[in-house]
Amino acid sequence: MSTPPTTTTETRPDSSASGNALTQRRSRPGEVAFRLAMQACLLIAFGVLAALLTWVLVKGWNRLDSRLWTEMPTGLVSRLDGAGVQSALVGTLWIISLVALICLPIGILSAIYLEEYADNTRWYNRLLELNIQNLAGVPSIIFGILGLGIIARALGLGFTVITAAIVLSLLVLPVVIIATREAIRAVPQSIRHASYALGATKWQTVSRQVLPSAVPGIATGSILALSRAIGEAAPLIVLGAVTFITFNPDGLDSGYTALPIQIYTFITRSQSEYTELAAGAIVLLLAIVLAMNSIAIFVRNRFEKRW
Amino acid sequence: MNPTDTTNRPGVSIAGVGTQATGAPKSDAADPVMELSGVSVYYGAYEAVRDTSMPIQEKQITAMIGPSGCGKSTILRSLNRMNDLIPGARVSGAVTYHGQDLYAKDVDPIEVRRRIGMVFQKPNPFPKSIYDNVAYGPRVTGMKVSSMDDLVEKALRDAALWDEVKDKLKTSGLALSGGQQQRLCIARTIAVRPEIILMDEPCSALDPIATAKIEDLMSELSNDYTIVIVTHNMQQAARVSHYTAFFTAEVDEQQERHGRLVEFSQTGKLFTNPADKRTEDYITGRFG
Repeated sequence: MSTPPTTTTETRPDSSASGNALTQRRSRPGEVAFRLAMQACLLIAFGVLAALLTWVLVKGWNRLDSRLWTEMPTGLVSRLDGAGVQSALVGTLWIISLVALICLPIGILSAIYLEEYADNTRWYNRLLELNIQNLAGVPSIIFGILGLGIIARALGLGFTVITAAIVLSLLVLPVVIIATREAIRAVPQSIRHASYALGATKWQTVSRQVLPSAVPGIATGSILALSRAIGEAAPLIVLGAVTFITFNPDGLDSGYTALPIQIYTFITRSQSEYTELAAGAIVLLLAIVLAMNSIAIFVRNRFEKRW
Repeated sequence: MNPTDTTNRPGVSIAGVGTQATGAPKSDAADPVMELSGVSVYYGAYEAVRDTSMPIQEKQITAMIGPSGCGKSTILRSLNRMNDLIPGARVSGAVTYHGQDLYAKDVDPIEVRRRIGMVFQKPNPFPKSIYDNVAYGPRVTGMKVSSMDDLVEKALRDAALWDEVKDKLKTSGLALSGGQQQRLCIARTIAVRPEIILMDEPCSALDPIATAKIEDLMSELSNDYTIVIVTHNMQQAARVSHYTAFFTAEVDEQQERHGRLVEFSQTGKLFTNPADKRTEDYITGRFG
């Protein structure tokens, strides 16, 4: 049986039989269904977030004034009207500044070493890499318990601001390292080669070409890591963040509380006044986190290099 | 180095050499500034190029041509130890520069690259201003410079770019066109006053007009610099170079491909009267 040579033309879109086939728009149900499914998913994610935001704004509306950051928390319902979360806010600012000081230099230098200096063919460097990935997945309460055993007790630093800062630094360190490595890796190899070909040393190449080009990515990743540290409550629960303290931390060895902890203890109280104050504190915490994320986005858009 | 010194190059006019075929060495007295003897380059256990021996003549343009995978770029990168940057790369044999083995233990690759510069296939200006692109090399190598402005201007003039960029030295090098970027890369390279410039297919990403400008520039620069160029373009090799090395890829018993130098001679001779059948097949377009 021989196939006539005309079969090839018959499989083409039919342009002669039904006039001009180009103008007949066909509906494609699969395309439409998939698009609707994706939009529905987006709507669910966004809807939940919007509902949460609305809830805290409505609940905390009466508390959204300067009392929130000028007054101290209290355990007495009768004095709640004049209460705020100043000590928790100051505690959070103390901790996050210290986390930045501790974890950014360590994280960025580690990432530079792993990306630019470490020989990937060596087993110990590969082991390091693997462990950093794993560390990023360790639940934060584990870091809290580690901090309790080693830093608070064995090193004798106690339930202090510095203990909390060290533990949170360890917690977000893998995030900073991974983000920095991504940023460094995004710098094209051709830039390094150009620098070497001019007789630049390794450190000159890294410090004058690679790092300046990677700064936007490093800054973005670092800020996102810090905003994660701000919201962490679990490790601080075991690290003695005191729930009602009426003084601001005044040093590294000071007792402290932090916003997530304060919110948690307010919520556990049954009186509705506490719930309102908690909602106010949530708005404050969200505002800080959103502000930091906006800075991250601004930095990325403003300084991002296009190759 | 004296740019006006032409005494050792009889029969060559500096101006207007342009893209006219040179094809013959500018000087009868062969004076190799570099010498490859029995050079093989390995990536791990794989021998990418085998047993290459050839001279690089001073202030001449040496072209390396051949099909893809023949190892010409690999050999080029071994001339200023850029291969060191590739993990697992290794060179055997001797690459000598003024009689000194570049792969001797006490040789500092940083110093090698300062004297033997490189221009890459894809223009790769730094994401900095035009001025800072040119000034980068002198700054990092700690050159004693009386006036950086003058040095930048001289380098840009020598790279035939000054007139196009003199009013926008503070703008980013990435804002230039492809051909301008490549000339900026050449300016950047000559700013550190190397003795030799290696060029790895410098025109393959450029249009014909930009290519012609770079070729003119190469002829111009060969008055002061020794140039080694890798090119896919045989006409380009015939137009600009004085010596040509033809490489090809051989398949061995284990079905592995190895680059191999087939023929090295004066460009005019290689293109008109090749000694090897494979060279003839390649340049006449029967292969590759």
